[in-house]
Amino acid sequence: MTMTSYGQHRFPGKLFVVEGTDGSGKSTQLALLYQWLKSEGHPVFFSEWNSSSLVKDTTRRAKRKHLFTPATFSLLHATDFADRTERDIIPPLKAGAIVLADRYIYTAFARDVARGCDRAWVREVYRFAVRPTVAFFFRAPLDVAIDRIVSGRPRLKYYEAGLDMGWTDDPEESFTLFQGKILEEYDRMVEEFGLTVIDATRSIETQQREMRQIVLRHLSGQAEEAA
Amino acid sequence: MREMTFYGTPLPGLEPEPYAGKLIVVEGTDGVGRSTHIALLRSWLESRGHAVIDTGMTRSVLAGRGIKGAKIGTTLGRLTMQLFYATDFADRLENEMLPALRAGFVVLTDRYIYSAIARAAVRGVDPRWVRSIYGIALVPDLTLYLRINHTEELVARVLASGSKFDYWESGMDLHLGEDFYDSFVAYQARLLREFDAMSGEYGFRVVDASRSIRRVAADLRRAVARVLERDETVTRARGDKKASALVSSG
Repeated sequence: MTMTSYGQHRFPGKLFVVEGTDGSGKSTQLALLYQWLKSEGHPVFFSEWNSSSLVKDTTRRAKRKHLFTPATFSLLHATDFADRTERDIIPPLKAGAIVLADRYIYTAFARDVARGCDRAWVREVYRFAVRPTVAFFFRAPLDVAIDRIVSGRPRLKYYEAGLDMGWTDDPEESFTLFQGKILEEYDRMVEEFGLTVIDATRSIETQQREMRQIVLRHLSGQAEEAA
Repeated sequence: MREMTFYGTPLPGLEPEPYAGKLIVVEGTDGVGRSTHIALLRSWLESRGHAVIDTGMTRSVLAGRGIKGAKIGTTLGRLTMQLFYATDFADRLENEMLPALRAGFVVLTDRYIYSAIARAAVRGVDPRWVRSIYGIALVPDLTLYLRINHTEELVARVLASGSKFDYWESGMDLHLGEDFYDSFVAYQARLLREFDAMSGEYGFRVVDASRSIRRVAADLRRAVARVLERDETVTRARGDKKASALVSSG
């Protein structure tokens, strides 16, 4: 019963994850994919970043009181992710369902490394994760993503803007710096983890069409089994 | 002063540096008398003029409350549990232990990474994974392993304390026995084997905890005194020249 490491799981289900900087439009795309898969009659489960009920209160309190350091930010998010993996991701995958995840381990890799955590250490912390069937990376140029967030929010949050790093006191400037580092990390990971890059500057419809085509290719086997 | 040594990758932003304090770990299975002996060591150290802080698992400001809450239910998975405890550890390391050690305190810690490693191993979690997460841990100045020979002794202590068998201390999540008692005995026996297996690798100072509190306490004091003296001797041997050079250069 030793823990299998990243990529070694063999489950009948399929796991599709979306990744990208804030404001890249990934959540919109995943919601559309979810609707489509449901309407096609697939059993679909949805799992969101930072959603473990066991860990939620601790995270909320730590964010409010600014208790995090880069290490504890990383470890508590890994705790949240472990709970989701044990509870929301592995059981449906074993049962042969489709699991959609809004943000996955790559979010942690990008953010934690941007905060100064060691690249190899963070990857090791998440070694228990299930390797996704497809990991979509919605890539938007930095200025586009920043415009979408800054115009859509009254105020940038402390950790979201990377203000904990003390690079600058100006939230918008800090956010831009932080998101730049995150985007750099994502770009490095495209090859390392074989992320599927989706150009997030195109229309919502075009992106969704591309996404569905890719997902469909991975479902063909399942459809036959179901028929 | 000793240079900080870490088991693996240190915490982000942390440069190894000399520190004036001492990190003293007290490890051992449940009910072995760790908290009693930490309290005794603390007052003895303070009477000798050392500043002491003590810490222990689930006492972090960040994650302590959350872990206690998660343990009320029985839905805490084995990976989640490991990482929640690692969060608690990192918070105490950064915010309690390291600042106190830099300031010259003796830090007494009730359990350290070894308990986490033992619990993981007993639960079939990959020990290499847990060890690399805890690569952030500082190598202690001394690890005192309070060891009992038979789990029956632990049972007697639990009964004597008047508290009931705890769900997690009995390893009930592992389904090792049909009730808390059977499970407790089986679980603690497995932990004992894990601690024994780590003893040589991590250089535990093994103390036979089956004896009277007074005799155990005397052994612990001797071991701690040796660590404190070792440092004083080294400082004296190096002479004051080096120290004054440091002061004038700073």
